[in-house]
Amino acid sequence: MKEIAIVGFKQSDSVSDAGAVNEVEMIMPVLSSVFQQVGINNAQDVGFVCSGSCDYLQGAAFAFVAGVDALGAVPPIKESHVEMDAAWALYESILKIRMGHAESALIYGFGKSSPGELPIVMSQQLDPYYLAPLWVDSISLAALQARLMLDQGLITERDMAEVVSRSRRNAMNNPHAQLAGDVAPDDVLAEEMYLSPLRKADICPVSDGASAMIIATVDKAKEWGVPYAIISGIDHRIETHNLGMRDLTDSVSTRTAAKRAGMDAGKVEVAELYAPFSHQEIILSRALGLGDETRINPSGGVLAGNLMMASGLSRIGEVFNRIVSGEVQRGIAHATSGPCLQHNLVTVLEKA
Amino acid sequence: MSEEQEVVTVVKAPVYLKYNFTAGAAPARFLAQIKKGVLTGQRCPKCSAVYVPPRGSCGGCGVATEEEVVLSNKATVQSFTIVYIPIPNNPIEPPYIIANVVPDGANISFIHLMSECVNEDVHIGARVEAVWKPKEEWDFAMDNIRYYRPIDEPNVPVDQIGKLPVTGLEG
Repeated sequence: MKEIAIVGFKQSDSVSDAGAVNEVEMIMPVLSSVFQQVGINNAQDVGFVCSGSCDYLQGAAFAFVAGVDALGAVPPIKESHVEMDAAWALYESILKIRMGHAESALIYGFGKSSPGELPIVMSQQLDPYYLAPLWVDSISLAALQARLMLDQGLITERDMAEVVSRSRRNAMNNPHAQLAGDVAPDDVLAEEMYLSPLRKADICPVSDGASAMIIATVDKAKEWGVPYAIISGIDHRIETHNLGMRDLTDSVSTRTAAKRAGMDAGKVEVAELYAPFSHQEIILSRALGLGDETRINPSGGVLAGNLMMASGLSRIGEVFNRIVSGEVQRGIAHATSGPCLQHNLVTVLEKA
Repeated sequence: MSEEQEVVTVVKAPVYLKYNFTAGAAPARFLAQIKKGVLTGQRCPKCSAVYVPPRGSCGGCGVATEEEVVLSNKATVQSFTIVYIPIPNNPIEPPYIIANVVPDGANISFIHLMSECVNEDVHIGARVEAVWKPKEEWDFAMDNIRYYRPIDEPNVPVDQIGKLPVTGLEG
């Protein structure tokens, strides 16, 4: 099987309101920056393009098609889209390369969540017969999950506050972060409840932004002559949409995906976990069996800024950055989709 | 089965979502100009194509269109259709013409209405001009131009449509 490498990654700043820009205007700077990083002109120079976005976020029908205007798609290119986080666009692109249909691919994800009421918008991804008509928002569902964990004694509020504190402090070294600062766990615990048992700090912020990645076969990466990191494994697993039918205090799908992606074949020095709520980081790190040898979310994770439909790709990009900078040799990235960690993807990255 | 049950074929679940929609930076510049009665396009720095209305990028090249270009009131019919059916909430009486027009100075057409014309005489390559609403009614809206009407100028050959400079046929 062809070895596939990441050769470039860029993410925009994570901002609470990108202002008057539209999708194309939000994507173009990130794309031109990742093209420059790899030394290519535009999407004509890669074999395949795949994007991840969701038109519900900004309430603009076919927003994802407008994104194609950022590519330079004349003459026509091979292009695809997932109505998911762009981490799944990466998955599709890897399949495309493995099938021999392309040697390289551009992947990008974008989300302008500020125009709508994100937690309410997300309620419409629930099962359409029983849950969506109740308008159960994403924060309420996460609060139910956190409550289960607290009442079963699996976590304490201080455990959650410690996740937030570490995220804020780590984010001080992340130039794209939206929320960063020297915040102690006691500072978090002093905050008032927002949606019990969640405080606002336990919840990722609403953010606008985009990220882009270029992957290629190792042969192509060598031809381009840029530093790269190997994608040694990737797998994703989904659980039932019926929240009452699964154990919300665990993430079986994450554990299975990690196993199938080959996480256990070596040391995990760094893990970037897509945990939109503080207690979910604990679920994930336990499901993955991460210990003291693993640095979790050195970027601050998505509590420091959550680019819907791009954050999963950005987790992978963050690990890529740390490998090519020589900081670590091996790491994993996790992406999630759906309420209460329903659908999970794990990528294993290694130094070339 | 002991008891016949009615088959459920429909579940009503209306969706209402509120958004603060923004047009984008490039469309906002275009709309600010059209409120002042000026039709503008934006030029691609790479292939020089002028887009109207601009959306922020040259779709062909994938680069931002920064340079603003003032376009002519005169335009050419690139394509058209005669509408015979009434459209709900449309005050215009059928039959009327919807045309793809390219303003002089632009390379891309947009859709607008035609009026003050004999429908059967409208043809591809016909020269037209914009008829604006009275100044006091101008808003951030495309219908500041009420419609296009024919003008007495020679037809534009098909291969020249979308390629005229802002100075028009003679330019």
